[in-house]
Amino acid sequence: MNAPVTPTLLYLDNVTVSFDGFRALNALSLAIDHAEMRAIIGPNGAGKTTMMDVITGKTRPNEGTALFEGSYDLTSLDEADIAQLGIGRKFQTPTVFDMHSVEDNILLALKDDRRPFPTLFSRRTRLERERIDALLERVRLTGHRHRKASELSHGQKQWLEIGMLLAQEPKLLLVDEPAAGMTDQETADTADLLRDIAKTRAVVVVEHDMTFVRDLGVKVTCLHEGSVLAEGSLDAVSADERVIEVYLGR
Amino acid sequence: MSQVFDRRTIVVLVLLAAAAILVPAMNMLAAPGSAFHLSDHLVPLLGKYLAFALLALSVDLVWGYCGILSLGHGAFFALGGYAMGMYLMRQIGARGVYANPTLPDFMVFLNWKELPWFWYGFDWFPFAMLMVLLVPGLLAFVFGWFAFRSRVTGVYLSIITQAMTFALMLAFFRNDMGFGGNNGLTDFKDILGFPIQAASTRVVLFVASAVALAGGYLLCRWIVTSKLGKVLVAVRDAESRTRFLGYRVEHYKLAVFTLSAMLAGVAGALYVPQVGIINPGEFAPANSIEVVIWVAVGGRGTLAGAILGALVVNAGKTWFTGALPELWLFALGGLFVFVTLLMPKGILGTAEEWWERARRKPKAGVAPDALPSAAE
Ligand SMILES: Nc1ncnc2c1ncn2[C@@H]1O[C@H](COP(=O)(O)OP(=O)(O)OP(=O)(O)O)[C@@H](O)[C@H]1O
Ligand SMILES: [Mg+2]
Repeated sequence: MNAPVTPTLLYLDNVTVSFDGFRALNALSLAIDHAEMRAIIGPNGAGKTTMMDVITGKTRPNEGTALFEGSYDLTSLDEADIAQLGIGRKFQTPTVFDMHSVEDNILLALKDDRRPFPTLFSRRTRLERERIDALLERVRLTGHRHRKASELSHGQKQWLEIGMLLAQEPKLLLVDEPAAGMTDQETADTADLLRDIAKTRAVVVVEHDMTFVRDLGVKVTCLHEGSVLAEGSLDAVSADERVIEVYLGR
Repeated sequence: MSQVFDRRTIVVLVLLAAAAILVPAMNMLAAPGSAFHLSDHLVPLLGKYLAFALLALSVDLVWGYCGILSLGHGAFFALGGYAMGMYLMRQIGARGVYANPTLPDFMVFLNWKELPWFWYGFDWFPFAMLMVLLVPGLLAFVFGWFAFRSRVTGVYLSIITQAMTFALMLAFFRNDMGFGGNNGLTDFKDILGFPIQAASTRVVLFVASAVALAGGYLLCRWIVTSKLGKVLVAVRDAESRTRFLGYRVEHYKLAVFTLSAMLAGVAGALYVPQVGIINPGEFAPANSIEVVIWVAVGGRGTLAGAILGALVVNAGKTWFTGALPELWLFALGGLFVFVTLLMPKGILGTAEEWWERARRKPKAGVAPDALPSAAE
């Protein structure tokens, strides 16, 4: 395909989504660079998850532009196309394939031909086995590889889902509340893992946990009522009057 | 390939092979009157059960593994049956009541002068067999293409599959459709030149049913143990997650639904020569629901359970309709409620659990994976 015409990997401009007249996103604009990590904060209902829905093709915006690599119009592609372009997503509530083993969860996510017939005849290659081993090691689930995903703890499921995301080899990872329901140690480890991932890929993280966001040490965008309220370093954003008012709170 | 042949699969194949040998032997070799003799009328009855088992298998493939609760598989079964029935009608030739060499009796009766175009080719067995696969497959493909693309799922999908089979039933009841109206197709004389009523033909049909069931079972096993099979289960358990991994879910559903409809068509084609008739009643919505009950009773998502359920429920049905005909539907309903409430894994799942527990008890302290198993 064409070389990117803009330096930005993800470009949202003037995106509006309304549900029966209620504007979940209101003229939202946002740009994410190649291999940039961005933290998104904002009160409940600010539109953070809806933004990810728009980027991944789950929700069609009523208005606005959403471009990936400057040339792909995300508003006209479906979920499978967008995933194959290289956008991976972790859901707010961990979503893994409960009845499959941990290993098979990763296998299903591995970048590969996604069409039914090639999938039917697909045999696990040595390369794939090594990829699976490496990914399991990275999300610390090697010892659990043969267990059913349903048996994992909440935190382990979150990590498995991050492992599945990595298996897709996406250019952009959208990670919705990865630290929710984790212990302090797990939260810190997750921040480490994401920082490491962001060395080679763009990562957008939605999180309410301020310690976690501080750990990430990246540019922060605060959403409120469907638009950007403030953007900048965490210190600058958290000093913003309006952010304190609507989010960080009294 | 090694995963295909797990312990269950070996048991299924061994039992089917045993049936394919014992039933003919007991029917043809054992002297009538001996305790081992299987009477002539039981052979097609058992063959019919095997055809039903193949139908149940096809439903388990889509429902048990991909979460598509089809309540319309009876239609695919009936269409396969009609394709076979049309071949058998053409074999009657001039031996019908009206002795018309080209037109089946019902067409003569309706005063038709020539064979409708869609009957062409059905006198040739290979063509008819192709239609057994293609007609149900094509219907499933077109139906699925619209339904899955519009992301119709769950109970809505089940309802439209019921509507589909109901609509077909009404259509096939009409005389001007050209399929014999409410009488359907019957009075068959022979198949591939062999008299259809002969004991030897019935034995061959039984063996063919066993072979088809074994083949269908292996095909399904191969699919569910492949990576595609894992994708199907992923779709069943977390459809949108699967989409966000980049799988085009509707294509997977369409592929498996179409294949499953073809299996159901084969089952119908085996059923018709053994019962000697196919009529629009086979499209009745209740028939499709019954198939789902067989699968649930045997154990959904296990393949072998679908076969077991079809055999057990149909044997029960034969006994009940002989002994207490008016109670059969209550018994079936009761069985379904009992199984869903108390045996969610069906007969097979529950029996296997008991078996494992019974084996483990005497050797307390032995790790479960140290137990010998025929798997792999
Ligand atoms: N499908 C939908 N139909 C109607 N309203 C919706 C839908 N999806 C989201 N909303 C509304 O849009 C608003 C934004 O929701 P969203 O889930 O994006 O918030 P969020 O920022 O992710 O919040 P949280 O921090 O609680 O996860 C909410 O008021 C929500 O109720
Ligand atoms: Mg959210």
